[in-house]
Amino acid sequence: MKQKLVVIGNGMAGMRTVEELLKLAPDLYDITVFGAEPHGNYNRILLSPVLAGEKTLDEIMLNDERWYDENGVTLHKGVEIIEIDRVNRQVKTANGIQAPYDRLLLALGSDPVILPVPGSDLSGVVAFRNIHDVEAMLEVAASRGANRSKAVIIGGGLLGLEAAQGLLKQGMDVSVIHLMDTLMELQLDDVAGAMLRRSLKERGIKFHMSAQTESILGAKSKKKRVTGVKLKDGSKIPADMVVMAVGIQPRKALAQKAGIHCERGIVVSDTMQTFDPTVYAVGECVQHRGRTYGLAAPLFEQAKVCANQLAQLGHGAYKGSVVSTRLKVTGIDLFSAGDFSDGEGCESMIFKDASRGVYKKIVLKNDRIQGAVFLGDAVDAPWCFQLMRDQVDVSANRNSLLFGRATLGNAGLGVENAVLAMSEQTEICGCNGVSKGDVIDAIMKKKLFTLDDVRAHTKASSSCGSCTGLVQQILAFTLGGDYSEAPAKKPLCKCTDFSHDELRKSITDNNLKTIPGVMSYMEWGTPDGCAMCRQALNYYLLCAWPEEYVDDGQSRFINERAHANIQQDGTYSVVPRTWGGLTNPQELKAVADCAERLGVPVKITGGQRLAIPFVKKEDLPEVWAELGKAGLISGYAYGKAVRSVKTCVGKGLCRFGTQDSLGFGIEMEKIFWGAWTPHKFKMGVSGCPRNCAESTIKDFGVIGVESGWELHVGGTCGVRVRVTDLLCKVASNEEVTEYAAAFLQLYREEGHYMERSSAWIERIGLSYVKGRIVEDAEGRKALSARFMRSQRFVQKDPWAERAGAVGDVKEYSPLKMEA
Amino acid sequence: MSAWIEIGKIEDIPLRGARVLKTGNGDIAVFRSVDNRIFALQDQCPHRGGPLSQGLVHDWRVTCPLHGFVIELASGAAVEPDEGCAERYQVRIKGGVISLFLEAGLEKKARREKVTA
Ligand SMILES: Cc1cc2nc3c(=O)[nH]c(=O)nc-3n(C[C@H](O)[C@H](O)[C@H](O)COP(=O)(O)OP(=O)(O)OC[C@H]3O[C@@H](n4cnc5c(N)ncnc54)[C@H](O)[C@@H]3O)c2cc1C
Ligand code: SF4
Ligand code: FES
Repeated sequence: MKQKLVVIGNGMAGMRTVEELLKLAPDLYDITVFGAEPHGNYNRILLSPVLAGEKTLDEIMLNDERWYDENGVTLHKGVEIIEIDRVNRQVKTANGIQAPYDRLLLALGSDPVILPVPGSDLSGVVAFRNIHDVEAMLEVAASRGANRSKAVIIGGGLLGLEAAQGLLKQGMDVSVIHLMDTLMELQLDDVAGAMLRRSLKERGIKFHMSAQTESILGAKSKKKRVTGVKLKDGSKIPADMVVMAVGIQPRKALAQKAGIHCERGIVVSDTMQTFDPTVYAVGECVQHRGRTYGLAAPLFEQAKVCANQLAQLGHGAYKGSVVSTRLKVTGIDLFSAGDFSDGEGCESMIFKDASRGVYKKIVLKNDRIQGAVFLGDAVDAPWCFQLMRDQVDVSANRNSLLFGRATLGNAGLGVENAVLAMSEQTEICGCNGVSKGDVIDAIMKKKLFTLDDVRAHTKASSSCGSCTGLVQQILAFTLGGDYSEAPAKKPLCKCTDFSHDELRKSITDNNLKTIPGVMSYMEWGTPDGCAMCRQALNYYLLCAWPEEYVDDGQSRFINERAHANIQQDGTYSVVPRTWGGLTNPQELKAVADCAERLGVPVKITGGQRLAIPFVKKEDLPEVWAELGKAGLISGYAYGKAVRSVKTCVGKGLCRFGTQDSLGFGIEMEKIFWGAWTPHKFKMGVSGCPRNCAESTIKDFGVIGVESGWELHVGGTCGVRVRVTDLLCKVASNEEVTEYAAAFLQLYREEGHYMERSSAWIERIGLSYVKGRIVEDAEGRKALSARFMRSQRFVQKDPWAERAGAVGDVKEYSPLKMEA
Repeated sequence: MSAWIEIGKIEDIPLRGARVLKTGNGDIAVFRSVDNRIFALQDQCPHRGGPLSQGLVHDWRVTCPLHGFVIELASGAAVEPDEGCAERYQVRIKGGVISLFLEAGLEKKARREKVTA
């Protein structure tokens, strides 16, 4: 017989857990859900737009009754559980029905706090928590007809302000009473609070700041309707409705009564279990590691972990969440995260442009972002939030942090992209042709919450990723927050809980030397991995054990397996190396003959090379044999590997030249070719600061000056453009080689698979790189020696090995039918 | 009329890899999974026709080389949330020899089997 799972609370956290559980173990449990509200599960976050008339109730349903039927989940809606009997493992409803359980999940949410002032029980005093409350508010708003009815909101926090805005849009006369002198004081500092108040005031909301409610006044009639609010200072504000939005408290009474340990909320462990291991809890009702949450973001991570535990997979632990807040008031762009008070050891950076209504504050501690407030222009908020969650060292770019990503040389992603102002038709993801409207549509119709969800469903931001920020913005605007998981502990892929760094460390610490070895030691969730982890592990093993690891071709992307670039139509392009971009008649002839024989054109690439496109796979070995005769070898134009070294002509030819960039570039390419890297790695050598080889957008760029060479790192010019950071100046060619080798090795050893050197530097900080490469001479020499050592094993031309008929014929030749 | 047509031995397909079978009806991708199962699909991704034979094979799945759709080898269906289905061919193994169920007489005309799952 199936085990019985009973869920109390038909809200967001409970149902998200059930959904995750059904994905993992659809047949493990008989699931019964009890919900006090008379509805299916809806998106509570979107009650604000419903109140404002921007969305309908139907639009915010997450699981309607059909969903429960289709998934075999029994729903008792409008039924409240009043007792948990842990001895007999059953729950009791208000009308005496009992239901047995093997496992119990508490997802009770929280209760709005009702101020204990006289009159708080009058009719017309409502909270803002559920559909019932919204309906009550809408009814009052509609009742007075032409006379504007009056609403007083007690509480100037997120909830209160969203209620105020909604009721204002419903045509009511709205006043907000706030105890403090700053609105949303938990999320905003004084300046931002004041600016926010001004812009809400301009819309017509009245404010009573630093005001304490003494009592709620009611009519003498029998109906006991509310008529106004009296403040401590004696003043009275007339009201047809009073909304209490002064805070929430986790619902724990039911659990407490059953003897389950509670403090501020129901206390749970990292596995989302209460002190009774058969009873789990998720969502706003829980207290985890001393914290309670009043936002939705944590519940997604909690639900995942809890479902994993319920499915008896036994892995996954919840470690707490970093949360951010967005005010969902149309036209006001406000974001807040972390601790932005100027505590000890903190430094604040502030940008303020009052007439544009823009205010940004970023608080740093030890060169890492502790908190941030963005008002009026929050385009860069997701980016900033990510830097904060990853605890990135931002010392290198602190001078441009407040001005956003655009000023970090990330041209093309400028502020003009502010999502708010875009029309629905605006294309967001150029790679996959996805518009703003498509993204919003998918979020609403397919009930998406996270960036990963949107990527999976729309493909937006799944190719080059340059629109990630925009997609995050749209998500945040539509749902009011950032629900992506904290990336600091992001697992490599869905097959494992371990991060890139943890896996690399384990590979060396535990002497793991094969992909199946890593997978079994690290308890992989899938028998054979996926496209992501197989490639990453292959690279990590290759990097860790250069002399012994046997490359697993089947764990490589087709380009690296076949040593050519797959094209749109399934044919391949072939790019031989032209050392430093210098070629000769013999090589040109070989390329020309080959193209002529195949009847294809020749393309000159951006890396100063020649490409032969449209080659059929079965023809590749022959083409390589032909090119090989002229001494041409693979250019690795297809790989996450060292690509070409772009050069200018330099001192030998150019009248400005200070160094022999061409000669040295060729020398460099001969030293560095063949190395596998986390992502492609481009190099450039220019003969003088005129920089004709574009060294300042290369992963490693070298620029000749009178006294030697300048070394530049972390540049890129593709979907994003990032100018290099200057690493240092050196005098001799030998030093350039040593520094470059050390830099490459550091990136090879510490960069995440699929992370360009530019992104890597932004993650770990330039000062770290300088510390390892420039300041630590011994460390640099060791890194460089490790690089040179591994080069000994990889500098074999893969084309020569496969040319003609020898080598891995199977990869290139089709099967034959034997009739 | 269809018949079982021999196309080679299990060892002819790389482990966790694929080979292409050329037919008059287009290419068929023949896969060998980590546990030595053989699968055959039309060599065309339901997304934009990418060559599935060139993808990365993991478990009983392949990731398309062009834009990363993940396809179930047993059914040809794209894994959620992607949608679509590649056509599937029946496979038989006897004494290590692989046969596909293809239209007979015209070895070059492959029988297509629409998967309803
Ligand atoms: C107006 C509004 C706006 C919000 N905006 C945002 C936002 O912008 N961003 C953000 O991150 N978060 C926002 N939130 C918070 C977010 O909605 C909550 O964090 C989230 O809904 C919590 O989910 P939960 O499942 O823990 O609780 P709930 O969704 O409240 O679900 C709990 C359910 O359990 C039921 N229940 C309780 N006790 C019992 C019982 N004994 N028997 C049966 N049923 C019971 C309740 O009736 C309720 O339906 C907002 C909340 C509100 C009210
Ligand atoms: S970078 Fe300087 S040396 Fe090189 S070609 Fe340009 S001007 Fe001449
Ligand atoms: S063609 Fe296969 S994913 Fe696009």
